[in-house]
Amino acid sequence: MNLSRKWLNEFVTVDASDKEFAEAMTLSGSKVEVTEDLGAEISNVVVGKVLSMERHPDSDHMWVCQICVGNPDEPIQIVTGAWNVHVGDMVPVAKHKSTLPGGIKIEKGKLRGVPSNGMLCGLSELGLDERDFPYAVITAAAILGDYKPLDPEKPSIPADIQPGHKIYGPVVAAEVTAVSNAGVNLWNVTVNDGKADAQVLTPCQNLHEGDLVAYNTKSASICTLADLHAQQAEFPHCIPDGIFILHEEGIACGDDLKPVIGADDHVVEFEITPNRPDCLSVIGLAREAAATFNAELRLHTPVVKGGAEGSLSELLDVETPADDLCPRYTARMVRNVKIAPSPKWMRERLRAMGVRPINNIVDITNYVMLEYGQPMHAFDYRYVKGGKIVVRRAEDGEELTTLDGNVRRLNSNMLVIADDTRAVGLAGIMGGLNSEIVEDTVDVVFESANFNGTCIRKTALALGMRTEASAKFEKGLDILNTLPAVDRACELVELLGAGEVVDGVIDILNYVPQPKTLELRADKINELLGTDVSRDEMVRILRKLDFTVEGDMVTVPSWRGDVEHYSDLAEEVARFFGYNNIPCTLMRGQTTLGGYSEAQKLEQLLGTVCRTCGYDEIITYSFISPTYYDKIRWDADDARRSSFRILNPLGEDTSIMRTTVLPSMLEILTRNYNFRNKAAKLYEIGRIYLPGGEDGLAVENKVLSIGAYGPDMDFFSMKGVIEAVLKAIRAEDVSFEVPCRPNPSYHPGRCADVYVGARRIGVFGQIHPLVAKNYGVDAELYCAELDFGQLMCAKGADAQYIPLPKFPAVTRDIAVVCEEAVTVGALEAAIRKGGKSLLKEVALFDIYRGKGVDEGKKSVAFNLVLRADDRSLTAEEADADVKSILDALEKECGAVLR
Amino acid sequence: MKEQLAKIRAEALAAFQAARDASELDALRVQYLGKKGELTGVLKMMGKLSAEERPAMGQLANEVRAALEQAIEVTSQKLSEAALVQQLKDEALDVTIPGTQVKMGHKHPMYIALDEIKDIFIGMGFTVLDGPEVELAEYNFDRLNAEEGHPSRDWSDTFYFDEDSRVMLRSQTSPMQVRAMDSMELPIRIVAPGRVYRKDEVDATHSPMFHQVEGMVIDKGVTMADLKGTLNTVVEQLYGKGTKTRFRPHHFPFTEPSCEMDVQCHKCGGVGCPTCKGEGWIELLGAGMIHPKVLQMAGIDTEIYSGWAFGIGLERTAMRRFKIADLRLIFENDIRFLEQF
Repeated sequence: MNLSRKWLNEFVTVDASDKEFAEAMTLSGSKVEVTEDLGAEISNVVVGKVLSMERHPDSDHMWVCQICVGNPDEPIQIVTGAWNVHVGDMVPVAKHKSTLPGGIKIEKGKLRGVPSNGMLCGLSELGLDERDFPYAVITAAAILGDYKPLDPEKPSIPADIQPGHKIYGPVVAAEVTAVSNAGVNLWNVTVNDGKADAQVLTPCQNLHEGDLVAYNTKSASICTLADLHAQQAEFPHCIPDGIFILHEEGIACGDDLKPVIGADDHVVEFEITPNRPDCLSVIGLAREAAATFNAELRLHTPVVKGGAEGSLSELLDVETPADDLCPRYTARMVRNVKIAPSPKWMRERLRAMGVRPINNIVDITNYVMLEYGQPMHAFDYRYVKGGKIVVRRAEDGEELTTLDGNVRRLNSNMLVIADDTRAVGLAGIMGGLNSEIVEDTVDVVFESANFNGTCIRKTALALGMRTEASAKFEKGLDILNTLPAVDRACELVELLGAGEVVDGVIDILNYVPQPKTLELRADKINELLGTDVSRDEMVRILRKLDFTVEGDMVTVPSWRGDVEHYSDLAEEVARFFGYNNIPCTLMRGQTTLGGYSEAQKLEQLLGTVCRTCGYDEIITYSFISPTYYDKIRWDADDARRSSFRILNPLGEDTSIMRTTVLPSMLEILTRNYNFRNKAAKLYEIGRIYLPGGEDGLAVENKVLSIGAYGPDMDFFSMKGVIEAVLKAIRAEDVSFEVPCRPNPSYHPGRCADVYVGARRIGVFGQIHPLVAKNYGVDAELYCAELDFGQLMCAKGADAQYIPLPKFPAVTRDIAVVCEEAVTVGALEAAIRKGGKSLLKEVALFDIYRGKGVDEGKKSVAFNLVLRADDRSLTAEEADADVKSILDALEKECGAVLR
Repeated sequence: MKEQLAKIRAEALAAFQAARDASELDALRVQYLGKKGELTGVLKMMGKLSAEERPAMGQLANEVRAALEQAIEVTSQKLSEAALVQQLKDEALDVTIPGTQVKMGHKHPMYIALDEIKDIFIGMGFTVLDGPEVELAEYNFDRLNAEEGHPSRDWSDTFYFDEDSRVMLRSQTSPMQVRAMDSMELPIRIVAPGRVYRKDEVDATHSPMFHQVEGMVIDKGVTMADLKGTLNTVVEQLYGKGTKTRFRPHHFPFTEPSCEMDVQCHKCGGVGCPTCKGEGWIELLGAGMIHPKVLQMAGIDTEIYSGWAFGIGLERTAMRRFKIADLRLIFENDIRFLEQF
């Protein structure tokens, strides 16, 4: 929401700088985004008067002007290339050392040898356009001296053309012998066609004595380029552009230009929270400013004279069959409208608020919307068939071309304004093209209504056309505001002389809001805020905001739909008492024991172990593309593909909730690989989202996801990390098994399921080369997926001290030869089985194949540690145990001592 | 014999003196003091001496032996010291050669920031809660006083899993307030960090998935002054003692009064600069007193209990903490980024 400070000052006088104003408003709840001084870029530009003009001695299109910029005895000389300037014109003068919008600096200089002490400005140089000053439109006559034939061989007009020479038909060459002003953009010009003088009234502004022009003897007019069917390139200097000739009342030479063109205003941009639609208006913000600066709020009650011919009830009939969506519909009529540009003050205010001026009637509706916060619409009465306005739901499939020229296909959830036969507007959003205010509009209906916010919001969203009006309606507007707003519009019509207002108002009230009352509980408010604000001060603040306080009862103003509870009153008090004046205290009361849960502690432990192993933590998106399941080679009918699917995703890549962390890890490994990072070791404790939770929600399991690639990575380095994790949680009875069904994402010969007892914790291994290929990675990738819940269950008991051994151990190395297919795990199991209580440790230290070992067999060597807790072992005891171990190896695994 | 002893003594001492290392010295020891050594040889001749001469000569011989042994001891000590000096000299290293690398893993910067926040609140008696990301609109919106028609419920803003807009990806951590109210005994002090989701395209400051930390206190007599005091304490621990803050009115459906908390810009000290967009302040978090409707919907008596809540965006906190300019880096997970923290 933009706010013109000039406009604001009409309702409340605030003498703060922009910075002070912004800070104070922000701290009282109206957050200021930015402030702008509209004239910040313009300096040292003044109003000047053209005292005399001479043609440049060295140019056929430039003029040397003497300009009065204050003291008539000390004119300044300025050279201009524009042809629409005449002696006596008031013009904007950028003096020596002046600045213009866009960071342009003007300094004195010479133009083709003639000194020029500044610049005369056109509209665009001042940051304006013709909509700001409609009278500054320039009509250019074709000046024959400026003619440049497109084809030098075949000129349409001979270079030596003289007055009286015929150009075509009734058009002859003629010389301008005198030029005098006959009003705004109107000139009395005397032309001589070589035989006689003729007087011509012309809007062409670029004529001067001595110019040779094309004169139409039949219509007695001076030809423009269009009249001659000439192209701009043929008359390069006869352009519809030039100096902005000022026609403002009461200006004098030397006046600062900024107030003249409305650049003396300051605009403040607010971020208004959705609970305060009342602040989307000048009056609403003025009320806040008055309370913030403790200043008087000066409101105005519109006064309409009326008296136009006809009776409103005969001219117009309004029906609201969709009364549930239209709590109130207020309308008035204006007749004999004269469509014209609105006055400068109105255009300036609209422009400052970011609204483009169009014409007086449309501008009035916008002006009232900005001032009152009540969206308005104006229909051309001619096109309201049957003199009837019907507020109804659209038919399914009904079409309406809106003002922006788009054809909208409607449905029965949408609200339209219709006449007897068809829709003429989309309620609360945009009018229809078929009833638009146009140049020759005569009678106008002003609509000031209140529509259901949700309906407007849904319609605007469905049609993709959020407008200023719909943005206001969707937040819920003050039902009581429609009447003052429509009166204000009619008042402005009369003020602008834009038409005659018909007496009376059509006002259909389908819902009358009851004034809301609340109890003022000063103690409760202080209790909530932790303050000691007096009741009187609370009353003062509330009254300043137009709440009515009688005894203990507070009546909430109709525009404050957001105030419903004591806490809302507390906020009003706090805002103007000052949030920063509320003391800072620390919490009292019952102490609570804070801390982490067991699961949170485990999560931290897992992170610590991974980082100790050299793995970096990553964060990946929880949503993936369904095609990622293909990339990790899951079967098309794999049950794990059943995922939570987002119905309105940003894109396919983020459209389902992952049921596996693998694609996320692979994506990040791939990214690092593509970044040419030589090695990467990563982990994440992330969630997967499985169907089947309570209330239709997901079962959100956490997974410890580990991934790596690089020169020091192989299956066993990944296994080492898994073992470290399991050791850290003191898991017992850990085993690794080849999956009974091959896991399609992993290398079939380099993948293991991880068990703690009978509990499957997860899987790890080398990623299947085909999966790596799907990711475009030509390297061995290693991943692990460990279920967090299972790890939580597998957690072992806390450590208990075991006395250190008092007696020495006996160590024995054994090497056994067995079939290739026998696993180390099986051999270890046999050793443990064969070893009696004396066997304390078994450690693999070598696997050998080759000379001395038969083909298809391998030699596996273990280091055994044997010890008794109560005595030194004798060699015989140790030998007996080793014997038992060797027997077990042979029996269980067919392994014999090498 | 006396002369012989003197000669041995003089010769041996000179020889010891000249010994260059331990083995030479040992050879000399054998040469003079060994069983077949020169001194032993002289002593063997003692028997030939007269009884009168013997004691004096014996004493002299013992003196010579003692002197030689003493000299060997001293020389040996000297030699071993010299050998050690030489050894240490030989073992000297170029200490500027880099150490053997130990590859340590790194915590993600966002979790570093989160852990700091969690630790501060745990120190104040808060419990850390975890909750579902696939959430009911009932918890994410209705129970938080964001009624049907609230703009954040639009399909253009929030991700939904069903046509009835019943199940969604939570758009804030605030549903944890409701879940805590429903499941915990009063008084409650919780923080609930986690992932949240909004329909924003990825750019330097937006991501469809990001993280928040929710905090909530419900107890008898909890005031807005407590909210301010607590959050100021937190900010001082995060950003240093004396960090200036301010509170601005704002609007959230589930708090009333609501506020936003700003910290004074660290770059310009409040004067205004590009970092703070000229305002001198940087928005840090949203907070407020829990709306009576929200408490009442959870069956909490607002005549006895009150509470406050806040929500803070974690990415922005981490980005400010570590001066990370682009949010995309957080989710890119380039190890060259990760290993800076």
